[in-house]
Amino acid sequence: MRLELCGVTKRFGAFVANDAVSVTVEPGEIHALLGENGAGKSTLMNVLFGLYRADGGEIRLDGKPVQFAGPGEAMAAGIGMVHQHFMLIPVFTVAENVVMGHEPVKAAGLIDLAAARRRVKEISDRFGFDVDPDALVDDLPVGAQQRVEIIKALSRKAEILILDEPTAVLTPQETDELMAIMRQLKQSGTSIVFITHKLREVQEVADKITVIRHGKVVGQALPTASQAELAELMVGHAVGLKVDKSPAQAADLALEVEGVSLVDQSGLTLLDNISFQVAKGEILAVAGVQGNGQTELTQILIGLRPTTAGRISLGGRDLTGASVHQILDAGVGFVPEDRSKDGMVASFNIGENLVLDQVDHDPFSQRGALKIGAIADNARTQIGAFDVRAPGPEATIGTLSGGNQQKVVLARELSRELRLLIASQPTRGVDVGSIEFIHERIVAERDKGTPVVIVSTELDEVVALADRIAVMYRGRFVGVVPADTPRGVLGLMMAGVPYAEAVAQPAAGETTPGGSASQPAAGGDGATT
Amino acid sequence: MSATAITGLSLGGGAKTSAPISWKVPIALTALTLLVGVGFSVGVGPGEVSHVTIETGNSWSGRPTFDLPTRASVIVLALVAALAAGYSWWRASRRLKIGRWVPAVAGAALVVAFLLWAVGGREQSLQATSLLSGALFLSVPLIFGALSGCICEHVGVINVSIEGQLLAGACLAAVVGSITGNPWIGLICAPIAGALVGCLLALFAVRYWVDHIIVGVVLNVLVTGLTSYLFSTVLERHAVFATRVQLPRWEIPLLRDIPVLGPVLFRQNVLTYIMFVVVVVLQIFLFKSRWGLRLRACGEHPKAADTVGIKVNRTRVLNTILGGAVAGLGGAYFTVAAGLAFGKEMSAGRGYIALAAMILGGWKPKGAILAALLFGFADNLQNALGVVGVEIPSQFMLMAPYLVTIFAVAGVVGRMRPPAAEGQAYKG
Repeated sequence: MRLELCGVTKRFGAFVANDAVSVTVEPGEIHALLGENGAGKSTLMNVLFGLYRADGGEIRLDGKPVQFAGPGEAMAAGIGMVHQHFMLIPVFTVAENVVMGHEPVKAAGLIDLAAARRRVKEISDRFGFDVDPDALVDDLPVGAQQRVEIIKALSRKAEILILDEPTAVLTPQETDELMAIMRQLKQSGTSIVFITHKLREVQEVADKITVIRHGKVVGQALPTASQAELAELMVGHAVGLKVDKSPAQAADLALEVEGVSLVDQSGLTLLDNISFQVAKGEILAVAGVQGNGQTELTQILIGLRPTTAGRISLGGRDLTGASVHQILDAGVGFVPEDRSKDGMVASFNIGENLVLDQVDHDPFSQRGALKIGAIADNARTQIGAFDVRAPGPEATIGTLSGGNQQKVVLARELSRELRLLIASQPTRGVDVGSIEFIHERIVAERDKGTPVVIVSTELDEVVALADRIAVMYRGRFVGVVPADTPRGVLGLMMAGVPYAEAVAQPAAGETTPGGSASQPAAGGDGATT
Repeated sequence: MSATAITGLSLGGGAKTSAPISWKVPIALTALTLLVGVGFSVGVGPGEVSHVTIETGNSWSGRPTFDLPTRASVIVLALVAALAAGYSWWRASRRLKIGRWVPAVAGAALVVAFLLWAVGGREQSLQATSLLSGALFLSVPLIFGALSGCICEHVGVINVSIEGQLLAGACLAAVVGSITGNPWIGLICAPIAGALVGCLLALFAVRYWVDHIIVGVVLNVLVTGLTSYLFSTVLERHAVFATRVQLPRWEIPLLRDIPVLGPVLFRQNVLTYIMFVVVVVLQIFLFKSRWGLRLRACGEHPKAADTVGIKVNRTRVLNTILGGAVAGLGGAYFTVAAGLAFGKEMSAGRGYIALAAMILGGWKPKGAILAALLFGFADNLQNALGVVGVEIPSQFMLMAPYLVTIFAVAGVVGRMRPPAAEGQAYKG
């Protein structure tokens, strides 16, 4: 089926999310929509899928204009979508999730479970998915849940499949599997719209690339275009994909974590006997697929959760069981993974957000009263130093872009004298231009002699920043390895394979070369703007 | 080396750290067993006897009365409870799950021990059968209310207005029944009244995104005020609105002759039989039918439901009204089933108790019914003991099940999972 989006426009109030976007997807083509977070890719697909109504433009299927009042109509027309946040119900079985909305029924409206299982089995077998129709979705690993989503779309006879940031939650190996599935689907005649901001994946699997920036189509490219060209097209100016950093000057040990474990109320082991050290002046990056205990590890380091077992000390001082307040006073800076929830107060202004953790003492307060002047002065200094693009210190932080919000958070944490910096997902939802800046700042802090712990699910970021890499899997450290460990090995470790074995596997070295590794210069004529 | 691919996964750590053992259940059971076992056996004279009468349901064996030695019986029952407590210690120490039946067995043994102790040394006999059948009848409004709660919460709407729906159902059933002189027509009107209250709840909660709990409480106040006003201005003064009508009591042939169970379950008011049907249908359809699947999808993850073409808000509105109708039907209990005219605030907080029963039952019809029966039993206990002449302040009897609820909901029974999106407006 041939899909044409002609001049689709979508506005939210005064904000134009999609500005006259035109894209054509040919039958049996993998078409990548490349763009930064917030460029309007997902909005465009939600318009196509009938979740939003377009304010202008037209959608054509095989040349015929169509209009969808809801996802039900879009699916009936042969469009399937795998959302970034899965649309699965955790307490339902795979079969129930797949048939939901078009259930096979017996008498009296009772669901024909046998038929439902058959539907799952049939598609699952055709593509070699190996999914148990009776498993509860909640019990499945993320990769399997994604396959359930694909089965769900295919069981509705989708001819065009939209995959919205499908690799965000996958290990590199699972990503490779997904790519294989995409090619298989393509062979069977399904068109795929592949939404992503990861250049490597686009190059590997796409037939055609449309780049979107600030809601507009800014160019088309072929997968032969180099990463640098694609990045420039995506961001609008040349970007350095590599962080300039000198080798670490690691000094004495600073952070020592010994046998830390965390078991939650229901008896689930979230962290299992984790031990590591970080020296002054080095960056330890914790890699791993989301949800393998990274969140809990940072929560324990900052004192938000008590450990079940183990010891934590910083510069010889025991911080096990210390309160958040004590830990902050000990000189720990913390950039939380969910900026909008834990990193800032959205309705406060920039100045207030810059001193959130410092208002209980000099220089920002005196005997319980805030010193407004000092807070404003501080805000002006930091806004300048961190290049925060904002109308002024009085601007509410919630109105800033993700990148500028993150700069404020980082500025706050770095404005104190630190003995340890913990940054979790420091560049999630941040534009590429700001990523560069934030990375430079983190490296600068390291060079001042501060030990740094970075937690990131983006392997590119881990490889770019780390002096040493710790890989987490199911609440454990699979190993702590040097920064120049090949990506393939890291990928296997992210799936729980120990270092020694990962290195021994022949496939490990062959996985796609890394963004920081040397990329053979592809023909520059691939990109056409 | 290849064989270590799996075992290699545990290389990163040493011994597995385990969760601290939860001793809550064993401690609670032991404390209760000691309290009842010691407290009730010490104060009893050696010769005291407890009379217990049971209706067998058979005409030939009639109503035998058993004379049980009080102290010995209490001790035996306390031993049963002690065994259950011991078993729970053993399971807990091995980090094994303690089944819900363990506290249930211990609880039942202790309740029976309490009953025998209470009637020990008295002339009057404890009417065990009527204690149970009365408990069932008293739990009818609670069960309807709890089922209403199940429907609404599974679709994502918190129904605090069960109280108002019961009251509205009771009122309309009584008034229509009185005017027409026909309890059946009254019975039909009860769910209509409840559905109207459900409509209001759906309108404000689903359409206008008002906080569900606030709407629910306001609706309760509204219905209470409205019916009280009607009562004192109209119903009380005109006999035509206040004539008593009553639904018949049916004795189901054959089934009523089942020993013990027959007289309890199958010599009941018509409304009780309707309740049996509603319970069974709901338990099956909520979890096995297309209707139930879509309904629960809206309460768990409305966006996911929307993306497969289910109209979330429409589903929510319709089922909230259905839930209201079920609660309204339960309201018929107070008037046309009990054979009473409408009285001011006659639901007396049963709607809130039904809500508690639903939560104690873990948001499942089956569990909610058991919890409602427990509450009904406690309610009837004071009647049964009053007949025998035991003077225990009735307030204590009434308090007991709610104490159980508070502890149970606080986590003694285990984790309970409400529908993930309940109480959240879906703005699509």
